[in-house]
Amino acid sequence: MASIDIAAIHKSYGIHPVLHGIDLEIKDGEFVVLVGPSGCGKSTLLRMIAGLEAVTDGEIRIDGKRVNDLAPKDRDIAMVFQSYALYPHMSVAKNMSYSLRLRKTAKEKIASVVANAATKLGLDPLMERRPKALSGGQRQRVAMGRAIVREPKAFLFDEPLSNLDARLREQMRAEIKKLHQDLGATSIYVTHDQIEAMTLADRIVAMHGGVIQQVGSPLELYDNPANLFVAGFIGSPGMNFFEGRYMATGDTANFALTGGVVLPLSGVANLADGSRATLGIRPEHVVLGAEGPDVLKATVDLVEPTGFGIIVHLKLGPVAFKAFTLDRRFLGMHGEVDVKLPVKNLHFFNEAGRKV
Amino acid sequence: MTGKRILSVLAHRLAILAYVVFALFPLYWLLKVSVTPNKLLYSEGIKMWPSRTSFEHFDFVLKHSEFPTFFKNSLIVSGSTAVIVTVLASLAGYAMSRFNFRGKYWIITLMLLTQMFPLVMLVAPIFKILSPLGLTNSLTGLVIVYTAFNVPFATFLMQSFFDGIPKDLEEAAMIDGATQFVAFRQIILPLTLPGIAATLGFVFTAAWSELLFSLMLISGNDSATFPVGLLSFVSKFSVDFGQMMAAGVMALIPACLFFLLIQRYLVQGLTAGAVKG
Repeated sequence: MASIDIAAIHKSYGIHPVLHGIDLEIKDGEFVVLVGPSGCGKSTLLRMIAGLEAVTDGEIRIDGKRVNDLAPKDRDIAMVFQSYALYPHMSVAKNMSYSLRLRKTAKEKIASVVANAATKLGLDPLMERRPKALSGGQRQRVAMGRAIVREPKAFLFDEPLSNLDARLREQMRAEIKKLHQDLGATSIYVTHDQIEAMTLADRIVAMHGGVIQQVGSPLELYDNPANLFVAGFIGSPGMNFFEGRYMATGDTANFALTGGVVLPLSGVANLADGSRATLGIRPEHVVLGAEGPDVLKATVDLVEPTGFGIIVHLKLGPVAFKAFTLDRRFLGMHGEVDVKLPVKNLHFFNEAGRKV
Repeated sequence: MTGKRILSVLAHRLAILAYVVFALFPLYWLLKVSVTPNKLLYSEGIKMWPSRTSFEHFDFVLKHSEFPTFFKNSLIVSGSTAVIVTVLASLAGYAMSRFNFRGKYWIITLMLLTQMFPLVMLVAPIFKILSPLGLTNSLTGLVIVYTAFNVPFATFLMQSFFDGIPKDLEEAAMIDGATQFVAFRQIILPLTLPGIAATLGFVFTAAWSELLFSLMLISGNDSATFPVGLLSFVSKFSVDFGQMMAAGVMALIPACLFFLLIQRYLVQGLTAGAVKG
């Protein structure tokens, strides 16, 4: 087990910069998820920690020791690949013991460690099979088994669940979390799936365009996104955004949406009068069938039942947005509906996209 | 509907049969002539099978001709060429597939360029180069020339096999504690066996049947390979067809054995990458 420090890491491919100065400290035993859309540099960062990509500038330290120029094999980390990367010509047992055999571990030790891992992962009956004869979920388990037999300093996961179907993904997600609870190993997990990030992480690192956008616990990112990118990326269905102009006169404030609708606000925000801003609200915070003074008339565009709840597509003038409700009364809804955007749930972002 | 179906299957099978007959007929004729006694060869006219068969040609070729020497020479030259080329092409193909290095583009272009010249153009210069080195009239010289001519294509062949093996596998091995070379040897190489077999087979047959260079570079019978040796059955006034064909049949044996040995890998090799594993 180990801490991992990433200091001012830059990465360029030729003249194309991919990472622009990443700073991150990962504590011993922590489960950190790097999340972001494809091309944001999260996998590159992970591969740099693994030693599979050279560091252009900056420093990576594992347990305080600089590893920039250390070969992957000398970093003592394990990695689970999206493609599983199981050795096709070896049995499950051989796959799992490969790293130990390379290290010339005693045969008896290998046998017992591999057997332990196999039991933990429910692989006992499959040990003599080749990867070809395994299902996706089983392959995934073997890949994890291969990682845990080594008792490495840290586990790296590169989108390990992307190739599984939805149900299996859910199941394996829980297994990974359970495994982390059992082993308490430092883990870095890369995904583009914000649900995986939310459910697994001690801390989420949201990345975009080669820059860290926000670091925090899942609920911090959910409740208090630092900027428009994080607000839009975390949460499903995603946060609604309204562009407009903030108007304040004394103690009262309004938000004039592009398109003419004016939202009365109950308090003042930290914005200059007349400045352009974006207002965000999560679909589940939009109150449908509301009553009272601040009610707005919205038109129902589309109703999507998900079984668990209902996603209602609405229009406020020309501006489209979504509401999420568990109340099945709204299933057959059409025409106009009274909605309310409670001020306590509103997020304001200035012109630069930062939360204010 | 079923009648039409049967008809189409029948037509399909017939077409395949016609092709197989067309492709194999020369081999059959080789065999037929080789077992036809000299007396019947010109007297019986064109018959599908002689009225009497004998192994007299085989007997003569093995006991009274230099064919065993030719055969041995061919085996040495083709075997060495196949092994040397495959080793070089595996290493070069791996480098082409996995590494980015300066001049890679130019090396590939140069290798491609070597494949563009008709070999006849190169015979004289090669003779001129090898002669002062004492490499004409020597099996070593032949192996060097064959190796040089086969390495570029074999490298491309091996590169495509390496390209078909996901990079993740050796990265996984390297994280598991292997050096790049150990990962190559223990993970990548076993997975490229079909490719290696295909390359071995290709180079072996190319060297086995090569005539031009061995004809030009070898003068004596001691170092002649069997394609050159076959010409010794052609004399000024006659061609000894029976003996020539018997020698030909025997020359087929190693090639057949070789392919029998590697065919399991070859089929995998030729279809590798066709579908997602």
